[in-house]
Amino acid sequence: MRFLKPLASLALALVLAAAAVPARAETIKLGVVLTFSGVNAEYGEQITRAMDLYLKLHGSELGADKIEMIKRDSGPPTGAGAKTDVTELITQDHVNMLIGFIFSPDAIASAPVVTEAKVPMIVVNAGTAWITNLSPYIARTSFTMWQSGYPMGGYAAKKLGCKTAAVGYTDYPPGKDELEAFKAGFEGAGGKVVDAIPMGNPAQVPDFTPFLQRVKDEKPDCFYVFVPAGVHAAALVKTYGELNLKGAGIKMIGPADIVQDTKLQQMGDAAVGLITIGHYAADYDNPANKAFVKAWHEAYGANTPPDFMAVAGWDGMAAAVHAITATHGKLEPDAVMAALKGWHFDSPRGPITIDPTTRDIVQDEHIQEVVKLPDGKLGEKVLETMPAVKDPCKELKVGKCGS
Amino acid sequence: MQHLANVGISILFDGLAYAMILFVISVGLSVTMGLMGFVNLAHGAFAMAGGYVTVSLTTRYGVPFPLALAAAFVLVGAGSIAFERLLYRRLYAAGELDQVLLTIGLAFMAIAGYTFVYGPEPQSVKVPGYLGGRLDLGFGTFPAYRVFMIAIGAVLICGLWYGFERTGLGARIRAAVDNRAMARSIGIDVDRLFTLTFALGSGLAALGGGLAVNLIGLTPTFATQYLVLFLIVVAVGGLGSIKGTVLAALVLGVFDNAGKYLYPDGGGFFIYAITVLLLLLKPAGLYGRE
Amino acid sequence: MAASKPDLAARARAAEFLLRRHRLRAAEALPWLAAVLAYFVFPGHLVFGSQLLIMVLFALSLDLILGYAGIVSLGHAAFFGTGAYTAGMLAARCGWTEPLSGLLAAGAAAALVGWVSGWFLLRYRGLALLMLTLATAIMLQELGNVRADITGGFDGLTGITIAPLLGRFHYDLYGHTNYLYALAVLFLLFLLVRRIVYSPFGQALTGIRENVRRMHALGSPVHRRLVVAYTIGAAIAGIAGGLFAQSNEFVTLGVLGFDRSAAVLVMLILGGAGRLYGAFVGAAVYMLLEDYLAKLSPEFWEFGIGLLLVLTVLFARRGLLGLLEDAGRHFGRGAPR
Repeated sequence: MRFLKPLASLALALVLAAAAVPARAETIKLGVVLTFSGVNAEYGEQITRAMDLYLKLHGSELGADKIEMIKRDSGPPTGAGAKTDVTELITQDHVNMLIGFIFSPDAIASAPVVTEAKVPMIVVNAGTAWITNLSPYIARTSFTMWQSGYPMGGYAAKKLGCKTAAVGYTDYPPGKDELEAFKAGFEGAGGKVVDAIPMGNPAQVPDFTPFLQRVKDEKPDCFYVFVPAGVHAAALVKTYGELNLKGAGIKMIGPADIVQDTKLQQMGDAAVGLITIGHYAADYDNPANKAFVKAWHEAYGANTPPDFMAVAGWDGMAAAVHAITATHGKLEPDAVMAALKGWHFDSPRGPITIDPTTRDIVQDEHIQEVVKLPDGKLGEKVLETMPAVKDPCKELKVGKCGS
Repeated sequence: MQHLANVGISILFDGLAYAMILFVISVGLSVTMGLMGFVNLAHGAFAMAGGYVTVSLTTRYGVPFPLALAAAFVLVGAGSIAFERLLYRRLYAAGELDQVLLTIGLAFMAIAGYTFVYGPEPQSVKVPGYLGGRLDLGFGTFPAYRVFMIAIGAVLICGLWYGFERTGLGARIRAAVDNRAMARSIGIDVDRLFTLTFALGSGLAALGGGLAVNLIGLTPTFATQYLVLFLIVVAVGGLGSIKGTVLAALVLGVFDNAGKYLYPDGGGFFIYAITVLLLLLKPAGLYGRE
Repeated sequence: MAASKPDLAARARAAEFLLRRHRLRAAEALPWLAAVLAYFVFPGHLVFGSQLLIMVLFALSLDLILGYAGIVSLGHAAFFGTGAYTAGMLAARCGWTEPLSGLLAAGAAAALVGWVSGWFLLRYRGLALLMLTLATAIMLQELGNVRADITGGFDGLTGITIAPLLGRFHYDLYGHTNYLYALAVLFLLFLLVRRIVYSPFGQALTGIRENVRRMHALGSPVHRRLVVAYTIGAAIAGIAGGLFAQSNEFVTLGVLGFDRSAAVLVMLILGGAGRLYGAFVGAAVYMLLEDYLAKLSPEFWEFGIGLLLVLTVLFARRGLLGLLEDAGRHFGRGAPR
């Protein structure tokens, strides 16, 4: 916590400056709705850490204004808990903005409330593509499932030389979205999806052996797989190593969720050679990321890297700070949305933009391979970068994305 | 034909390995529920404790993995005696509903407590190299860790069978399961027997928890996450029956595995469908007393 | 066949006993007064308040089958979910937005599921019944996931819009209408449940709970009575689910989950099963404490809930209402009878 001291003196200086110059000093209330309990409590922790860190380092941009975060646990993802939280945050705590939303149903259930109350809502995780269509007051700084699945489908067919692929996915909406997206990309580029295997539910980690054994016996060229980041992904990669799919000539590929930074080192040699598509890894070589990773390690220890969850929280808070400064702390909802539309930011993941028409994130997608670094640790090597990928689901107007 | 045989062998083998985890964790629950008539929904919390002990010992103190498993068995088993003496004992005479409330409460406290100590992030365990690779058993090569699990399961089954069927202690436990009042009246110290069995059950749960980390990972919600699965094994096997628990774990493990391999679209249905079918036919479980 | 004199006297005594139990006591007004007062005192928490009332109704429906008929179920969310999806799909897919008829349909659909599953399952008892009810709920959830094109899956069923209540009362952000709507439905169904448990049918259920062999011996149609009670409980749970879908204008498959079945069971036991107001006390205490603690500490609130459950068991057998009863007996001992 070495940086705390200069930070404290900086804060003191700011307070003094504020006292000297008669300036407006507003307390801006941010309603934070995340999962802090249950199987995915970890996600809430990562995102809160990132948001706190951003405020520590960049809070001074707010001038005399202060941000007060009011945290709520959205509980099990039935939507009801989040909707009640959101309503109370709006009607009771009079928050100026909402930020958070791990699970898509929580964001979806809350959409009518923010539309009616006209409170801007920044989604920092929930990845169901059509969420931003539900309300003009929703913007997203995370990703959509289609942003990874669709381009990876094309890449697998064209560059990895896969003619056939099996898809394994956790049987809930993000998994089904990934399946649809990959299939559209892969078959659009001439490949053929030979099997689609639902692999259990997100609430319990299944024994992945029967699913992977099935794939091994089917011998496709590629195995595209999506499971929730965290405990599922770690178990999956372990089983992948045990069954020796690599030795059987089957390339396992997927969105970067399966090689989340915080789990990568534990996965061991089994993970080497996995090719994934992602928008963030702690190894990215750009100045913003270097600073971010350094600050993260200083704050939370050398062995806990930030990951794609964290970077979405970081960018979400950056968006909130931008909205505050752009509207001079007034935060009229329509002005906030206007400020967010087209907002460009130098994120640790690279340049990002909020698409002015869809209010969804536009970001670079990287094809990356897990490699063994000289120091024996595992790292990500970027093979190819696809610049400024818009959400393909809305571009192609698939299903609910078209409305 | 050769291919079909290979598929059959791999389904059987993987199912067997999965069944062993189910067995090791569930057998303790079956015995406590059968012997003491205690609905112990905190059983998963003891399994979780075993998982965390194993993780801590191996990663933080460099204890070899098999030794850490043994330590989890002993430590959690011994620790559970305090719970039995202080809390569980008071409720032996109470209704099932009160027992549910107590043990669910304990599970909740365990979840929050472990989150506080270890954080919500998943833990993983480093298994030694000889358990990380693949083993050639003559009729095929298999993941070494699964061979290890099957071996442990087999040893435990034999040990428990011997202990329950061939020793005086086992005879006393069986007598107490059959008729508690009668056992007491012929001078069996049922209270001590309860404590001992409870410790054994919790220790086994901890051992299963330690084994499971490498397979399915470990977070503080482990305490309740897989509870349904354990209850299913106990119900299908029959309360208090070791033979029943073995058979139930095998049937559920192998069928669930085969179902997921052959028809993954049916995914979640299999285990519940088999459960419903078996329970409709044998409501008291495969080896339960009617 | 004239009844003999002592027989008549016994009947009169029994009738008087039932009547005395059925008589409304002053204390019974308390929860209702509190609920109405809350409307005026906490106008900002009515959205939470209506969730609470819905949970009370759900717990009440479980009380009828668990507390009175002694059927231990770990799959009660099946009926809640059936009701929620019926009301939700009628509004979202069929354009049937009238709320009251939607509720009736929710109750009817859940009753049907309850009747069919009850007819099969209520021959079983104990652990087998527990697992069978649990499996029923989970298999319904799996079915909903397989047909996610109809149910909306775990992402949820969107586009539920509900017409103004009685064609007149609109729904607002603060949940005024929803709160009163839930309270009115709860009150009516409570009167129904109260009537049932104090009726001879209710007494027969209690008899089955206490000693099923004797009821068989008396020639009581045990299975039929259990199925009837189960169906009524399912219908009320379905109505609670319908209210849930209408007030949230959203349903996901999460409502069918094991956690919901377990939570309602815990709330009921906490309050005291087999007492009409156990559902009120349990759901209210549990949810208020959870709400309070989760705001205090979003990460570790479960510890407090767990502690509450453990302490309740150690110091108050038979739930919080049991504690109240004991206290009443303790202080009332000196009073003349």
